[in-house]
Amino acid sequence: MSNLALIIYCGLITFLTRFSMIALLKKEMFNDRIREVLSYVPSAIFPAIIFPAIFLDSFGSIQLNDNPKILASIIAVIIGVFSKNVLATIFSGLFSYWTIIFIF
Amino acid sequence: MNNKSKNFFKGIKDTSPLMIPVVPFGIIFGVLAIDLGLTPIMTIAMSIIIFGGASQIIFLQLFSAGASSFVILSSVGAVNSRHLLYGTVLSEHLSDLNLTWKIIVSYFLVDQAFAVSNDHFKKNKEDKDKYFHLIGGGMNCWTIWQITTIIGIYLGSIIPEKLGLTFAIPLTFLALLVNDFKKFINVSVIIISGSVATLGYQIIPYKAYVIVAAFVGLFVAFILTKFVKKKL
Repeated sequence: MSNLALIIYCGLITFLTRFSMIALLKKEMFNDRIREVLSYVPSAIFPAIIFPAIFLDSFGSIQLNDNPKILASIIAVIIGVFSKNVLATIFSGLFSYWTIIFIF
Repeated sequence: MNNKSKNFFKGIKDTSPLMIPVVPFGIIFGVLAIDLGLTPIMTIAMSIIIFGGASQIIFLQLFSAGASSFVILSSVGAVNSRHLLYGTVLSEHLSDLNLTWKIIVSYFLVDQAFAVSNDHFKKNKEDKDKYFHLIGGGMNCWTIWQITTIIGIYLGSIIPEKLGLTFAIPLTFLALLVNDFKKFINVSVIIISGSVATLGYQIIPYKAYVIVAAFVGLFVAFILTKFVKKKL
């Protein structure tokens, strides 16, 4: 497969995952119970991207010692809980991370 | 200003704070792609055709590791499976649209636009033009993504790898959950999903850890909501 063809197929898959449910599902298919459970979708999906990016090293092994991302993330969570502010959360995490790796 | 433009600009405004971490993400993608030997045209084509940060980064990782087309395709599919759930959540609000608009809205359904438009849709159920909020947010992401990809292509090796800007990726997603950190069920779901993904990263094939973790998390939510009354 040429590189361009592979990119096009990946683009199609990406589009279809976004499109299929919007195209197929109808309003009447949801009751309150399903809706309540679905309100937890962000809490169920985002951690699957967040946790491996924090706790795994570049080889995919769990790294708990000597991992500045863990402390930086904890600081970001605390700032996030109190400020409820997206930017404050991200930047407190980044600045903590840089402080740890460049100063300590 | 008519109602459609009002929704459109509200979408741009609401996604704007989430665009700041997209900037390093897009630049990193551009830099990595050139480093790994993709041509500038191919790199730009990826950002336009795929238009999904996580998919594109996974693509690069596997492509540079010499993975087969099949593994790359199924991994991109697995990483994208979260969009099935986004679509499921949003379809309730979008089911009255015609096919053309559904196609347009779907192309722009990225993480950041989903997060803010889902909120907006819930608060404005009766507004029939509310889907313009998602298009505004999506186009905002699209523009930033294309510009930063191009900046990344040109910046190349100037950005020191030491800065660890890839850390902005989990922080972005973390920031999207700030309103959920204080709720018991959400925190339980977050910890369980995150643990499954981390522990399953090497065990679950085809990078399917994202969707496996998400379904375990949703199952936990299903059980817990049965016993714990949700505080709104």
